[in-house]
Amino acid sequence: MKVSIEVNGRPVTEEVPDRTLLVHFLRDTAGLTATNIGCDTTSCGACTVLLDGESVKSCTVLAAQADGHEVTTVEGLSAVDGDLHLVQRAFREQHGLQCGFCTPGMIMASVSLLADNPKPTRDEVRAGLEGNLCRCTGYHNIVSAVIDASGQEVDR
Amino acid sequence: MSIVGTRVVRQEDRNLITAGGTYVDDLRAEALSGAAHAVFVRSPIAHARIGGIDVSEAKAAPGVLGVFTAADLGLGPHPAGPVEEPWLADGVVRYVGEPVALVLTEERYQLADAAELVDVDYEPLDAVASIGAALDGETLLYPATGSNIVQVNGMAEFDDSIFEGCEVVVTQTIANQRVAPAPLEVRGASFAWGEDGRLTAWLSTQNAQIARSQLAGSLGVGEESVRVIAPDVGGGFGAKIGADPEATVLGWAAKRLGRPVRWVESRSENLTSMTHGRAQLNTVTIGGKRDGTVLAYRLDVIQDAGAYPRTLFLPTLTELMAVGVYRFPVVQTRSRAVVTNTTPIAAYRGAGRPEATAAVERAMDLFAAELGLDPADVRRANFIPPEDFPYRTPTGAFYDTGEYAAALDKVLEAAGYAELRAEQQRRREAGDPVELGLGIAAYVEITGGDGGGESGRVDIHPDGSVVAWTGSSPHGQGLGTSLAMLLSDRLGVPLDRITVRHGDTDEVPKAIGTFGSRSLQLGGSAIRQAADEVIAQARDLAADLLEAAPDDLELDVERGVWQVRGAPSSTVLSWAQVAETASDGKLTADVWFGDGSPTFPFGAHLAVVEVDTETGKVELRRIVAVDDAGPIVNPLTFRGQRHGGLGQGAAQALLEVVTYDEDGNPTTASLADYSFVTAAELPDFELVDMATPTDRNLLGVKGIGEAATIGSTPAVHNAVVDALSARGVRHLDMPTTPIRVWAALSEGNAQ
Repeated sequence: MKVSIEVNGRPVTEEVPDRTLLVHFLRDTAGLTATNIGCDTTSCGACTVLLDGESVKSCTVLAAQADGHEVTTVEGLSAVDGDLHLVQRAFREQHGLQCGFCTPGMIMASVSLLADNPKPTRDEVRAGLEGNLCRCTGYHNIVSAVIDASGQEVDR
Repeated sequence: MSIVGTRVVRQEDRNLITAGGTYVDDLRAEALSGAAHAVFVRSPIAHARIGGIDVSEAKAAPGVLGVFTAADLGLGPHPAGPVEEPWLADGVVRYVGEPVALVLTEERYQLADAAELVDVDYEPLDAVASIGAALDGETLLYPATGSNIVQVNGMAEFDDSIFEGCEVVVTQTIANQRVAPAPLEVRGASFAWGEDGRLTAWLSTQNAQIARSQLAGSLGVGEESVRVIAPDVGGGFGAKIGADPEATVLGWAAKRLGRPVRWVESRSENLTSMTHGRAQLNTVTIGGKRDGTVLAYRLDVIQDAGAYPRTLFLPTLTELMAVGVYRFPVVQTRSRAVVTNTTPIAAYRGAGRPEATAAVERAMDLFAAELGLDPADVRRANFIPPEDFPYRTPTGAFYDTGEYAAALDKVLEAAGYAELRAEQQRRREAGDPVELGLGIAAYVEITGGDGGGESGRVDIHPDGSVVAWTGSSPHGQGLGTSLAMLLSDRLGVPLDRITVRHGDTDEVPKAIGTFGSRSLQLGGSAIRQAADEVIAQARDLAADLLEAAPDDLELDVERGVWQVRGAPSSTVLSWAQVAETASDGKLTADVWFGDGSPTFPFGAHLAVVEVDTETGKVELRRIVAVDDAGPIVNPLTFRGQRHGGLGQGAAQALLEVVTYDEDGNPTTASLADYSFVTAAELPDFELVDMATPTDRNLLGVKGIGEAATIGSTPAVHNAVVDALSARGVRHLDMPTTPIRVWAALSEGNAQ
């Protein structure tokens, strides 16, 4: 079927198989490979993107379901050479990433979390990111990054 | 001021957070255009004879380019351990997840449809699904060998007389359960044969050069005919060392098809087909005096090697590190490795040392509990004292430096140990159903223990820029930034003029790569050595230019210029000016560092847990850690490595376990079933600094990649047992899930 999605402000229209997942549409059709696939059970959150501003796991959304809607991936937060988005900047400053594979999804989940709760506590960040898995950081610095991005002081 | 030792944000990050990096499945290289997609058909049965494989329907499916089985391959034997692992199952399958056939299609979405049509006739055999079943030997995985025991090391028979004279002897069998490394990026690879007959393989690997040698050997071509590139790698944790057997089959298929091939496994495949870690059953016996002095210790290791033993150094490394941080007068160890109808076992963060530490640290707590002494006091009574270093252990490890008592004291002080014990007592007296538990682990580990070295090359160009190549293969550790910091410090060149490259065998032909926490101490020392060689070259060139004796010149690292010593106002030369005069257009040094000496990082952890005795639920409240790995290059990434280690180590104690039913069917084969630790289950980590240098490398550093994993597992485990200790529980195995805690409590209360 023909699917049209506005990805990071750019319309992408393509004829794709009906069963095409949004994450594959983003990676293969739109050519945006930052959004990763880390599992096949909607467990890891590596594929998290914003669909009309709400975070979704793009491995569990059909491209067809996103037809006519807007999607934001981590590539859409800032230009590669431009100023970093607050959350991107905080992940870098707080060492909230190591191998980087969970990071695009983690950043998008954090953007969504902060939209819902602009001044979260550390425990609220932990609960809010429970659906996004990271194997490298032990989460400590991811929590710090979200606290930092919220404008609160990181005290540990 | 030196940049080394200061907090520097990583050079690696910008691309990762804006463009998401380039992992192997992100590659859009021209050489891979038109690549076939690949999937392995894997055994759904733990142990079966293959009666036949019918691929005719699959071959006729839309988009199919090829379906291959063992009969098609014609590859040489797999250079492995005591039994041969086939590239694709040949006549028998021995674990769920074993590759049986390879399907290649035009489009990714055609793979699953075609794979489903491969018709394999399995004739089930009895499965050996546990260490116990392997030792029973009723069913043999390899009947020709006559036993499921594939390796024996250490004492053939234990001598019980070592415990004569002990006032107290405690023994306990401890399961160090099988866990999944589960890097967030699963395995993936791409292969393209050039018209020149050369294979380029992009692999998600920790060791491009080892993978190159493996692929060349298995494909029957010279090493010069294989180029391996490790692009961004999304975590490895030991499970991406070198190349797995799938890579050989895929490289073969790319040649057979005459077109590039790309492969990425699914997570559910990954959880049964990527190697698992740990999987030991250890029996400790510890004896000593009532004052807490240990007189004798015994460790009996049984390693579940899985269906195809790939990494049989694990149990012997556990033996080597058996005594941990203690001066035990008499020690006995042995290990046996058995095969089972389960996923092969290999390295996982710590790889042999966490198992040794878990055994001895549980033993110390069991001994202390039996004596009614504080576990901290019993540890202090038995530490190897600082004046004994370097120290050769009874099992043959040669420790460099250690301040074990100081590490424990620092942790206990930072945690407020005495107050926590008082709080525990208060809760018990008040009959609080939520028990407080305190768990201590003191540990020493071995890094760079493989006996090899590492390569390093440094070039300084006429534009003043520095390019370094390391044989290490960082995949998340931030080593590139650390190496750039070392170069900046040594050469006086700013970070933004330094590029660190790695992971391409055409650029770095000779290397070992990253595992065993070896990279900074070996790869870092190699870079330092190469920098020093470049400095020596530059000194001679600058001496000519400044018409001074080389010995009269100095490198001013604040300004990054060469000048005559004691005359800073005189003419100075920049690196660019010196490099311009180099005979081959640049200054360059290419070195190999390492005489095979390992180092021995150490530390102490205290875990604080709350256990709800009405539900069995364990909450990890605090973990306070000293991890001493010598001088710190970048505190930011040093702390990050510790955080990650603490998270994975605590996860093993609390949650994670790979399980099989008695027929060998995996019951944790997806991330919906495997209890991968989340942010909600971990606390903030409390890190205490300590830095004791080693004399075994140029930087004085030890490895930090695995240390915190090794300490945290027994600390958390001991904390849970400690919480239950007043309720009749002296041991329960990991993971300390609610059901197990509840069962232990029921049993404890009944006693």
